[in-house]
Amino acid sequence: MPRNEKPTANGPAADYAPDRMVSRRRFLAGTVSLAGLAATTMIIPRLHAQEVKPPEDPMRVPGALPRPYGDRSPFVKSARVGGAGPGAPHGWGENAPNNFNSWTPLQDLHGIVTPSSLHFERHHNGVPLIDPARHRLLIHGLVNRPMIFSLDELERFPAVSRIAFLECSGNSHDLWLPNAPDFTVQDTHGLTSTSEWTGVKLSTLLEAVGVQRGASWMLAEGSDAAGMDRSVPLTDEVLQEAMICYGQNGEALRPEQGYPLRLFLPGYEGNINVKWLRRLKLGAAPFMTREETSKYTDLMPDGKAYQFSLVMEAKSVITSPSGRQQIHPGFHEIRGLAWSGRGRVTKAEVSVDSGRTWQLARLQEPILPKCHTRFLLPWRWNGQEAVLQSRCTDETGYVQPTRQELVKVRGTKSVFHYNAIQSWGVERDGRVRHIYA
Amino acid sequence: MDGYGTSMRKSLLIGIGTLAIGLAWCFWTAGSAEEGGGYGLGRTATDEEIRAWNIDVSPTGEGLPSGQGTVKQGAQVFAAKCAMCHGPTGTEGPKDRLVGGQGTLTTAKPVKTIGSYWPYATTLYDFINRAMPFNAPGSLSPDEVYSVIAWLLYQNGIVKEDAVIDARTLPLVQMPNRNGFIPDPRPDVPSR
Repeated sequence: MPRNEKPTANGPAADYAPDRMVSRRRFLAGTVSLAGLAATTMIIPRLHAQEVKPPEDPMRVPGALPRPYGDRSPFVKSARVGGAGPGAPHGWGENAPNNFNSWTPLQDLHGIVTPSSLHFERHHNGVPLIDPARHRLLIHGLVNRPMIFSLDELERFPAVSRIAFLECSGNSHDLWLPNAPDFTVQDTHGLTSTSEWTGVKLSTLLEAVGVQRGASWMLAEGSDAAGMDRSVPLTDEVLQEAMICYGQNGEALRPEQGYPLRLFLPGYEGNINVKWLRRLKLGAAPFMTREETSKYTDLMPDGKAYQFSLVMEAKSVITSPSGRQQIHPGFHEIRGLAWSGRGRVTKAEVSVDSGRTWQLARLQEPILPKCHTRFLLPWRWNGQEAVLQSRCTDETGYVQPTRQELVKVRGTKSVFHYNAIQSWGVERDGRVRHIYA
Repeated sequence: MDGYGTSMRKSLLIGIGTLAIGLAWCFWTAGSAEEGGGYGLGRTATDEEIRAWNIDVSPTGEGLPSGQGTVKQGAQVFAAKCAMCHGPTGTEGPKDRLVGGQGTLTTAKPVKTIGSYWPYATTLYDFINRAMPFNAPGSLSPDEVYSVIAWLLYQNGIVKEDAVIDARTLPLVQMPNRNGFIPDPRPDVPSR
């Protein structure tokens, strides 16, 4: 995964704090000038780089007018954090030019859907700017009739929508490391997001081209500067569930998520959901691209590596209270997310005593297969040290492992697919800290 | 990694069924050209269009273009276009280390390079041709790609200094870690 494998002297938590701060400029951008509004009530309000000064009483001045495309309140500052792979600093500081991913601020989100602007990112050579009028999808190889589709044509096929998570196989990659930096849940788990995805089923297009005997793999290729290419096994699961998507959360895909077209394979590791999709080639064997040989493979202690380790196994994390937060004695609702690439989450349990005892958390509807599921548990903090953990079970009966159990089998060098139980230590002063327990 | 024949046969049957229905419908509507799964969307790709986009290279060597390269030529290409990111000998970085690392995969500090980790030499063509150099992807000629591959394989001790790499020789190169990969065995962590 990492392009930049240069070790950094300061380690994962280096230059961490400055990037927590959302800049004043960003805070000001998007603010509507109230004075300007009064003078120009008939035109579309413009954005002014001016300090946000809410009126003393919003009931005594007319509010802002409708506008063509909405933005959030200027008081809401939640933002993604950038990164550049295992061991690299997190943030938007000096390291920004090296960043190739960004983490979703899970600690700030409600419910299960990730706002498109906060969806995590992973690019292999930047985000391409693509003219939808010129974009084409080619399907060829072991097919009866190789075909080309325009975006307009793809949108005319019968459409399907599905709410599902997308998680980078490298999510939580820093948790393989022996030390536990003072991370937030965004740093530890922010490479997962959930959206409503809309598109045409892959099977609909494969029926159109006619699949030939022996076609059991499919190369998916993006039109980015990396020409990202991955081989997809044409299993029953893939044939039933794979989508060619043009929609995300009700609008067109965001550029960072593959505008105008991406492959979506529910439950499978992020990078195989090829963005900016331009080509599908059917073949009789995997194509053995760089990403599926030298990169997204999981090195085991015996020197062998898992290949085509595609499914994202069940995982959960408490998002509140979580790393670097400050809590006070009294009532808290412990909140978190659970998900499994193998289907529905059936159970989420919470421990406040480092795994000695577990309580069943409430699962918030909707509980969808291969989708973030919100879990909740009321808790009264008594001011004593505590270790908060969550573990989930999915419909196959798979139980999320402890870090010790995971490391015992896989060692600490596999980079990808870390899904162990996360521990948050609550100190006596209410400071919450990422720990290994 | 195969074993999906059943599902594909099913798909084929569905395909044949669809085709039959489609054909019947065509006759019923006096030969109107309804194609593409009955929706009439999309068009047949021409051979020329497929050739322009069909850039992948598979382990059998399918997709490799004509052209060739030597270790000596590759040294020049690497110094001019690759060394700024990968270092003069492919070991210094700052980006991915490409050379060395053999024998380290079971150690506390595994070094994953072309020589120590990559299972197929053909993947080098597929990747370098489409994605490198990082600041000008797709800019290398086939001769340049072949030659830089020759140099990288030589630096890793996989081919001799007089090796000529082309569409015939590249698929024959045996990579040291060819048998280093196993199909995904998960779930692999025992449940309590």
